[in-house]
Amino acid sequence: MHVFVMPSLGADMEAGTFVEWLVKPGQAVAKGEVLCVVETDKGAVEVETWTPGTVAKLVAEPGQRLPVGAVMALLATEGEAWEAVAASPVPAAAPAEGAAQPPAAPAAQPLEALAGAPGGRPRASPAARRRAQELGLDLAAVPSASVDGVISLADVERAATAAPAPAAPSAAAAPAPPAIAAPRAQAMREAIGVAMARSKREIPHYYLGTQLDVEAASLWLERRNAGVPVTGRVLFAALEIKAVALALREVPELNGFFADGRFQPAAAVHPGIAVSLRGGGLVAPALHHADTLPLTELMERLKDLLRRARSRELRASELADPTVTITNLGELGVDSVYGVIQPPQVALVGFGRVAVRPWVRDGALVPARVLHASLSADHRASDGMRGARFLAALERLFQQPESLA
Amino acid sequence: MSQAPALRTTYRDALRMGLREALLADPRVFLMGEDVGRYGGTYAVSKGLLAEFGEARIRDAPLSESGFTGAGIGAALNGMRPIVEIMTVNFSLLALDQILNNAATLRHMSGGQLSVPVVIRMTTGGGRQLAAQHSHSLEGWYAHIPGLRVVAPATLEDARGMLPAALRDPDPVLIFEHALLLGVEGELAVEAAPVDLDRAAVRRPGSQVSVITYGGSLPKAMAAAAVLEAQGVSAEVIDLRSLRPLDDATVMASVRKTRRAVVVDEGWRSGSLSAEIMARIVEQAFYDLDAPPARVCSAEVPVPYAKHLEEAALPQVEGIVAAVRALVS
Repeated sequence: MHVFVMPSLGADMEAGTFVEWLVKPGQAVAKGEVLCVVETDKGAVEVETWTPGTVAKLVAEPGQRLPVGAVMALLATEGEAWEAVAASPVPAAAPAEGAAQPPAAPAAQPLEALAGAPGGRPRASPAARRRAQELGLDLAAVPSASVDGVISLADVERAATAAPAPAAPSAAAAPAPPAIAAPRAQAMREAIGVAMARSKREIPHYYLGTQLDVEAASLWLERRNAGVPVTGRVLFAALEIKAVALALREVPELNGFFADGRFQPAAAVHPGIAVSLRGGGLVAPALHHADTLPLTELMERLKDLLRRARSRELRASELADPTVTITNLGELGVDSVYGVIQPPQVALVGFGRVAVRPWVRDGALVPARVLHASLSADHRASDGMRGARFLAALERLFQQPESLA
Repeated sequence: MSQAPALRTTYRDALRMGLREALLADPRVFLMGEDVGRYGGTYAVSKGLLAEFGEARIRDAPLSESGFTGAGIGAALNGMRPIVEIMTVNFSLLALDQILNNAATLRHMSGGQLSVPVVIRMTTGGGRQLAAQHSHSLEGWYAHIPGLRVVAPATLEDARGMLPAALRDPDPVLIFEHALLLGVEGELAVEAAPVDLDRAAVRRPGSQVSVITYGGSLPKAMAAAAVLEAQGVSAEVIDLRSLRPLDDATVMASVRKTRRAVVVDEGWRSGSLSAEIMARIVEQAFYDLDAPPARVCSAEVPVPYAKHLEEAALPQVEGIVAAVRALVS
């Protein structure tokens, strides 16, 4: 028997709200198959199983807020009859360390809105939708007072007043409303704040930066894109990701996690791509195995990842897996960015914009496209020397763009 | 406002007051239609006018809607101010060619050289067991036609005031008088204030739902609003008054306030005026809506003769109350 639990979808996650099952008891599932959807501060996330088997019993119910480690389902593994597993008692929850809060009491508020919309999009009136957006409220967390489960403007206003007021002076006065009622944008801002404060408190950052001549890489990319339709074109950002992924192979001290008091290098390179979300906040899902992907496929995966990040349809593994983070603020005209490392990762690579600048090449002053690359790294895992080697590798790779194909 | 002297009267008598006022004010005005003279009008609206104004101005017409409507249009083209009365909207279809192809288009076709200041009055609506050839509400069809102005008086003030206002318009105006309103009694100020033809009116203010209607459905909507108030639901009742052009501003202001809309229209639902109003609400006030707009229309059958079937086919107070209750929980 395999116990399928609420996963940790990031170091800062303590609990998630169960949204819906995508499988039924008796259904055979393969490794990597999506079983359910869970709502987190980072959006609705599809959760996969990493153990193949047959779904035996669905424990979690829509609307339930479950701590990390809580039992969501039982799976029969090879050789087991799923009916027998279904009949066995549900094991106690195994909350992850640091998330040892008891499971929330069954939701006091009805959540017909979720039940009534198997597609996941709550049924809400246009006025309710607009007001919820103004308030930064997550409609999925707004209980409906009507029998048909449709969320009205009044429901949104009620939920907004029920949401916890920031810095309430008397913490003991009333039990805090479930966090599910908190406005999503605010919840995400708080989650980012917690993670970044922890990062700055615990991680001894060091920072390196360098200006890269990317004229050759830009020309190479332009020539490559000239022959293909618009949909097949590759953005410079994809080139950056590939270059970082390959450079990390040479400096593995920057790719992995700092956990249990020591650095644990990651076996694969899964850069998390920082994506800003409409309405505020950001998320950095993993682009798996970026170092091994041909550039065209990497671009396709990047497009898919961006789309799903913005529509909040990320998979659990994409949120849990990143081994390093890449952030790019060049689109907004920023020249350089020195980021804050996302724990438990140990490095973050930042890119500014590609801009034409005076450049000295072979003793001559020429206009050239240059790019500022930065590295924020964890001194517990590496030294500036290794960081410098990483940036040098990055520079070399940009001079040999065909090696990034 | 100080208490103006008022008299107790009916919608029918208010219509006659408007006719008399118009006939007295302008010698170019005359009334023409089937049985408007000697018989006093099919619905007794023009009773007594033949004696007062004579055969030249109160003209009985033969049973040819196309003929006398065309004659009215011709008279208007030549400087007169004719009032054409058609017995019911069902029969007006015989004059549709004159109304659409001539009255509505001549200003356009002549490059602005011709005006057709004709006023065409007709009875509309069911509820009197007159069966399927005398009971329909086709004003929505006329509201489709550019070049026409279409109004529906639903109150005593409008019954009296809309006709003189319509005669002042240089283009054709159609006035739809719902037969069930004719006997409605009420207070009417003796000193008539002129009415406009452009604006919808809020007949009853409310906060939770806008009931948008016109003509013969207005008393039903008002009765429904009273029932709803007793149930704790505050309904605002909008009387469209003008069916073409529609006063979007008043409707949208109301819907933006209440965030819910129920359109009550005695016409059939499909391809109807109610559909047009709902479409405009969705176009212009979508993000203000807190519920899907709803409609109360006539059943899509020829209006039945049998009393219980006719009642079941037409919008009724209970149906309006139910439609509102479905939106306001």
